[in-house]
Amino acid sequence: MTARLRYRKFVSGFMLGMTGLAALITVSVLFFILGYLVYHGGTSINWAFFTKLPTPVGESGGGMANAIVGSAKLLLLASLIGVPVGFLGGVYLAEFSGGAIAFIVRYAADLLNGVPSIVIGIFAYALVVLPFKHYSTLAGSFALALMMIPITLRSTEQFLQAVPGALREGAMALGASRWKTIASVIVPAAYRGIITAILLALARVAGETAPLLFTAFGNRFWSPGWGQPTASLPVMIYTYAISPYDDWHRQAWAAGLVLLGLILVVNIIARAILARGVSIPRT
Amino acid sequence: MAATTTVPNAGPLSGSRSFLSKLREGDEIARIITFIFAASVVLITLLLVFELWRGSALPRHKFGFHFFATSTWDPNAGDFGALPFIYGTLVTAFVSLAIAVPLGIGAAIFLAELAPQKISDTLQFFIDLLAAVPSVIYGLLGVFIIVPLMREYIQPFLKSTLGFLPLFQGPAYGVGFFTAGIVLAIMVIPYIVSVSREVLLSVPRDQREAALALGSTHWESTWKVVVPFARTGIMGSIFLALARALGETMAVTMVIGNTPTISASLFSPGYSIAAVIANEFSEATGDLYLQSLIELGLVLFILTFVLNGLARLLIVLTAQRGSEMGRT
Repeated sequence: MTARLRYRKFVSGFMLGMTGLAALITVSVLFFILGYLVYHGGTSINWAFFTKLPTPVGESGGGMANAIVGSAKLLLLASLIGVPVGFLGGVYLAEFSGGAIAFIVRYAADLLNGVPSIVIGIFAYALVVLPFKHYSTLAGSFALALMMIPITLRSTEQFLQAVPGALREGAMALGASRWKTIASVIVPAAYRGIITAILLALARVAGETAPLLFTAFGNRFWSPGWGQPTASLPVMIYTYAISPYDDWHRQAWAAGLVLLGLILVVNIIARAILARGVSIPRT
Repeated sequence: MAATTTVPNAGPLSGSRSFLSKLREGDEIARIITFIFAASVVLITLLLVFELWRGSALPRHKFGFHFFATSTWDPNAGDFGALPFIYGTLVTAFVSLAIAVPLGIGAAIFLAELAPQKISDTLQFFIDLLAAVPSVIYGLLGVFIIVPLMREYIQPFLKSTLGFLPLFQGPAYGVGFFTAGIVLAIMVIPYIVSVSREVLLSVPRDQREAALALGSTHWESTWKVVVPFARTGIMGSIFLALARALGETMAVTMVIGNTPTISASLFSPGYSIAAVIANEFSEATGDLYLQSLIELGLVLFILTFVLNGLARLLIVLTAQRGSEMGRT
């Protein structure tokens, strides 16, 4: 073996080793994050965290019950707005359209998906907060729904298009109308993929903080109905983390652990559903 | 709707009958309903642009391009200049890319070229989970773990070794451009890895085999053949990451120091566009103040719009090239 060849082989081995190191560093970040959250959050989580309201400044104890309920309400209303729009829009793209209109809708959805979340917040503020003249659950949900729509729409389209043409033709040949074919054959064939996509969209917006800062705002008490400012877990983590109080820091870690735990569990479930195969029979 | 207009010769009666029968079967109704929802997405997007444009009318008329070139931000005097925020946004984004690009592309090469399928898929799964971590969690770890680490160890170390560069001078506060850049880097790496891996996997097999048959080592075939082939797509992933980094709000707000400064030193506390909107929007008094913040939002929107467009174009181009070469 010549020296030149030995050198080239050394470079090859070294550089490939470096790529392995890069992959290792990247993946290890996830475990650092989990480790720190479990370490700091695990020791500060307790029953009061889930059941009590925040205490006034200076008093220790209390919890984030209102933020947990607030987040749940925000996500519920956001899905009620975002999922139908995204799903039906996706059905239109996959089944009814072609050409220019589809291109424009796709382009708009991708554009909306790329808009920074803080700008979505400004938009929701201008559209919902200003006319009603105060911050509300509704405004926060609207902002989150705007972020769910493009994800749901594009993945619904993708999964519907992945349904084999033979299924569609079979249903049509039996005399089913177009929408009957869609409702009873195509959508059921793709439902796993679509549910996965909706779950992932929910997990994505569950951790969004920026669009809530001046739409849902925050609240140290319960927020009745849909028209009042409301607390939410991500905003609570933010305000508690930058506060000067140790007890609040402790609760921020606990809230971080709960939030990340929920998001990762939903992600893992969604990916497990998808990995078991989108239920399309291969014909 | 289309049925009545496309058959003008058939007369009004048969035309309306076919429309009616379609309506009874539900086809036209389904089409119209789904169309309304699809169109609403376009409408919302147009409305968003319109609101940003209309909402920022005052400062656009009052300051013009001056807005981007001056660095006074004085709500009391009604004088607004965005330069420090634009500077902070760009500096943190480029610091993050300087760290994330080599790491991300390295990891993508490992996943696509070296690791066995099973390991590659498992690692990709973890990287997907990493992309799902919300930015406020990165901010939390940034505030309590990374900032102290920077202040006590990393910044003093960089100062003692590379302190002759103006980049690494000044007191080590912990917060600042450099810390924000590092947190951003951690956040955008998953995007670079995922997209680059896809692009590298789309490179046709013959390209690798040809290079190996000509006697190149594994690394040479990867670096001189596969990576150049996927070049445009990898650039696309970098633009995508850049767009993310520019618009990122919470994590940056929590570690950048929130002081509008323009300084050559990366250790200096700074401010970014997204951070100033997050901090001041709900407290802004007066139309000019609020609208100046909305104009910053408009700037952010345009930046990410252009970068996302470029990124998608580049990724599509590479994918097409791969499938064309694969077919022939």
